[in-house]
Amino acid sequence: MKFGIVINEGPYQHQASDSAYLFCKAAIEKGHEIWRVFFYHDGVNNASRLTEPPQDDRNIVNRWSKLAEEYNIDLVVCVAAALRRGIRDENLAHGFRISGLGQMVEAGIQADRMIVFGD
Amino acid sequence: MSVVKKFMFVNRKAPYGTIYALEALELVLITAAFDQDVSLAFLDDGVYQLKKGQQTRGIETRNFSPAYRALEDHDIKKLYVEKEALEARGLTEEDLLVGVTVLGSREMGVLMDQQDVVLSF
Amino acid sequence: MLHIINKSPLGNCSLDSCLHIAESGDILLIEDAVYAATKGNAVEGKVRAAMSRLKIHVLLPDLEARGLADRIIEGVSTADYGGFVDLVAANKNCQSWL
Repeated sequence: MKFGIVINEGPYQHQASDSAYLFCKAAIEKGHEIWRVFFYHDGVNNASRLTEPPQDDRNIVNRWSKLAEEYNIDLVVCVAAALRRGIRDENLAHGFRISGLGQMVEAGIQADRMIVFGD
Repeated sequence: MSVVKKFMFVNRKAPYGTIYALEALELVLITAAFDQDVSLAFLDDGVYQLKKGQQTRGIETRNFSPAYRALEDHDIKKLYVEKEALEARGLTEEDLLVGVTVLGSREMGVLMDQQDVVLSF
Repeated sequence: MLHIINKSPLGNCSLDSCLHIAESGDILLIEDAVYAATKGNAVEGKVRAAMSRLKIHVLLPDLEARGLADRIIEGVSTADYGGFVDLVAANKNCQSWL
């Protein structure tokens, strides 16, 4: 089955990105496909490569980059939300791309299920 | 062949306090541009989004409430408001800035069950 | 339909609103909503009453993280993230009550 994922909250502040990540990992282990992850609202902050968590904490941004690389997942950052928050191509982490809200609608159309993680 | 899915946007938050109401409107218009079957549901504090007479000059924020009236121009006509949410807030259909279909909570639940994609704001 | 709730029922109306609207189907409690799956709090009666028409699940890792895994209401099923995936796949659609 193809899953579309939407993340509305930034890393560290809210559990949304952690829950979404663990969901994606479990779905992949079960043989499903993550068709796209769309980062929306404050969720765009998950795409900042300037993020630097303390050594003993999980690195949420790198974790997404790695998962995307390993399983060829399309990580899309909402352009309007990103520009409002200072996320641009210059500071975008590996594996993410910036695009429009239409990409979220497309995920809703193409994926078998859409799951939203947020506040 | 293009796929048409049933998208429902569930609005449960009041306007201005957070950006969700405005973002939902934007996504609704884009979804309609993809020729999908779009409906909007207003539950809980979401019904406040449709209150007539919003004046936002004092908070230096754009008043986006006229956009609900413009939805019709984009062929978006399915606006559903939960009866109990309206009543709990002392509002009637007269207080709303656009024509809506008022549904009981269980009818709303049935409608939600029939959707393909449900996005909550 | 699968309803996903992530807010504590003691500080937020998401679960109430969901129970109000949903006639049947599955509810999955994740993140701060896992408290709704436990005994001894003020909303236990409401959750038990809903169990006659709705199947209630709780995300166990979230409940364990909050130290309440030993207080699950009888009849609430536990799921890990794999179980979460299965619930999404088994239902035609889902809604996150954000």
